[in-house]
Amino acid sequence: MKKVIALLLSLVMVASLAACGGSDTGAKKSGLKAGFIFLHDENSTYDLNFINAAKEACQAVGAEIVLKTNVPEGQECYDAAVDLADAGCDIIFADSFGHEDFMIEAAKEYPDIQFCHATGTKAHTEGLKNYHNAFAAIYEGRYLAGIAAGMKLNEMIADGKITEDQCKIGYIGAFTYAEVISGYSSFFLGARSVCPSATMEVTFTGSWYDETAEKEGANKLIADGCVLISQHADSMGAPTACETAGVPNVSYNGSTISVAPNTFIVSSRINWAPYFEFCMNAVKDGNEIPTDYTGTIATNSVLLTDLGNAAAEGTKEAIEDAKAKMVAGTLHVFDTSTFTVGGEKLTSYMADVDTDAAYQGDHEVITDGYFNESGEGFRSAPYFDLQIDGITLLDTAF
Amino acid sequence: MANRVSEPLFHIVKRDNVSRKKAWCIRLIAIVLAILVSAILTTILTDDNPFQVCITMASGAFGTMRKTMVTLQNLAILLIISLALTPAFKMRFWNIGGEGQVLIGGLAAAACMELMGDRLPAGLSFPNWFVMVCMVVSSILAGALWGFIPAALKAKWNTNETLSTLMMNYIAIQLVAYFIIKWEVPKGSGKIGIINQSTNIGWLPQLFGSRYMLSIVLAIIVTIGMYIYLTYSKHGYEIAVVGESERTARYVGMKVKKVIIRTMLLSGGLCGLAGLLLVGSINHTITTTISNGQGFTAVMVSWLAKFNPFTMIFTTLLIVFLGRGASEISTKFELNQSFSDIVTGIILFFIIGCEFFINYKINFRKRKEDDVNV
Repeated sequence: MKKVIALLLSLVMVASLAACGGSDTGAKKSGLKAGFIFLHDENSTYDLNFINAAKEACQAVGAEIVLKTNVPEGQECYDAAVDLADAGCDIIFADSFGHEDFMIEAAKEYPDIQFCHATGTKAHTEGLKNYHNAFAAIYEGRYLAGIAAGMKLNEMIADGKITEDQCKIGYIGAFTYAEVISGYSSFFLGARSVCPSATMEVTFTGSWYDETAEKEGANKLIADGCVLISQHADSMGAPTACETAGVPNVSYNGSTISVAPNTFIVSSRINWAPYFEFCMNAVKDGNEIPTDYTGTIATNSVLLTDLGNAAAEGTKEAIEDAKAKMVAGTLHVFDTSTFTVGGEKLTSYMADVDTDAAYQGDHEVITDGYFNESGEGFRSAPYFDLQIDGITLLDTAF
Repeated sequence: MANRVSEPLFHIVKRDNVSRKKAWCIRLIAIVLAILVSAILTTILTDDNPFQVCITMASGAFGTMRKTMVTLQNLAILLIISLALTPAFKMRFWNIGGEGQVLIGGLAAAACMELMGDRLPAGLSFPNWFVMVCMVVSSILAGALWGFIPAALKAKWNTNETLSTLMMNYIAIQLVAYFIIKWEVPKGSGKIGIINQSTNIGWLPQLFGSRYMLSIVLAIIVTIGMYIYLTYSKHGYEIAVVGESERTARYVGMKVKKVIIRTMLLSGGLCGLAGLLLVGSINHTITTTISNGQGFTAVMVSWLAKFNPFTMIFTTLLIVFLGRGASEISTKFELNQSFSDIVTGIILFFIIGCEFFINYKINFRKRKEDDVNV
């Protein structure tokens, strides 16, 4: 017993000594210090997209940057966040959906530090002044990428490679989550806007990053007769499988032309740099950060990569045309006149905007003839979870 | 004698009995060498001097009060799991199922929190202490059940426990995966998130005003308890005898099957306790990776410590310190997180490798032609 107490005491002594030695790092604050928490590291296309934006934004604002990679969605996230707060960060960002609750815990403990969480859903109901959510209207980017896919289908029909009723698109999703549903639906609507006979099949992997499952998912869809593939999952699995099979593909998070030089068409991605810069400048100038921030294609938060070799002729013009209409507000992605649910046109829908365990719909989101995704006054993260006609879900276990 | 077979450059000889002092000297040299190699590697990668690297590692584990507490908390959990596996190993029952036993214990705790917390219809609620009692009982029972099944199979049909405990891990992982999808919020996200975040129902109490202390205090209690149990109790003696030789145990009239089942109930139950702490006190959520491979790391911790609960404190500290220290280095120098695994790998390689030099010695070829066998 004595031994144990002696041991513990000595441990505490060592600890306090070390504490004295280590605490001077955050003392001299020469401007802004921003902390970032990432689920994976740069091997994941999703995190890489964040990491690049973080570096770019900190450079632009002149802020000191601290990156913490491979932080799981558990207490480790809380530990990382409060550790960054202890180290003198003025603002702390986290990039993964599952980080949210732990960021909230940290935000409660440090009311003077700003906590910003990408893809989260709870800021607008939590009522914390220093906790914020952000997303981007990526459905706009997906819609444009869908146009590129539709153009490709049209080209394949014109070349006699497929007939009109063979225009089946395959899509690999992670979970049956609103963010994924919103993504594939907007992509599909974009494709169908130029290729009316298009249909789509969706398979789910049950993971945001599972190279094998994504590869197998793509192969399954190709075997099932899909002539074009897109994905909402973060590895190179699907593009690699498509390149091997010679099937054109549309990607996400950034260009995958390096693994699919012959079949890559285009990729949409969220550009987080404007948001990061906006928040850091707000802290610098003492302004408030909005509870929910939705970057749009107009604010440069939604981007398309350069077109790949597989893109059809005229794609660039078609995309630019649609983009101009979107920015002008004359084109809405989820225009209720362009899709049906269960054979009926939608006039009213209560979406589950406020997260609750019963998944109850709580806000009317159909306004002015379109589904108001990530709308002002709702929340930034997508809540479009309708099963629109023309899309078949193959396995919905996840 | 012109065609003599030349003696090899060196040959390996088993050491008969090594003094404890000598053995610890060898281990110390191994650790120093390991740190040296890691420091050189780090210096190459970061251009920082090795001394500075060591300081960075120390500050990662003990740099602030909070970092110290997190380190001690991580130590506590790994220690409890290692202690849980120890009686089984001492009995020569290869319990590789710590991971699953921890997970299923955690799942039981999470189930209590979910079903007796915010999900109850309005107007209905259980007192918080009652939920906690349910969590404690169900976690320990669930862990014990996960230990009991392979033990019973072994006792009844003499099945291979290495395989059955290992496979029980996968059943636990799949069960957790199933319930995550059942309880996910929001729909389709595949995440449970913090359970009862607003009401804190089923959140185990903080001790001494710190959220980290409960695990630490429990780990101290379990360490002392396990030491007494293994060293001074009749059960502990029976475990040692069964481990040495089942036949001897049977000969002196011990009920070997009973000992196996009883010990595995204890082993699994303690793993369940670790799961309870992970869910109820630390994370307040459950994921399939919540135990983070500690059920397997604990196997190594227990063996390195030669099944001595107090030595285990140091082996656990070493592993936790390495993990947190290396992670600090990768943050500071923007290295990939794999760096932490590399350093841990190097150090474990040396430590496990040194056991070879404790059990064997290398005799080099003598210069002179005297053919004496050593």
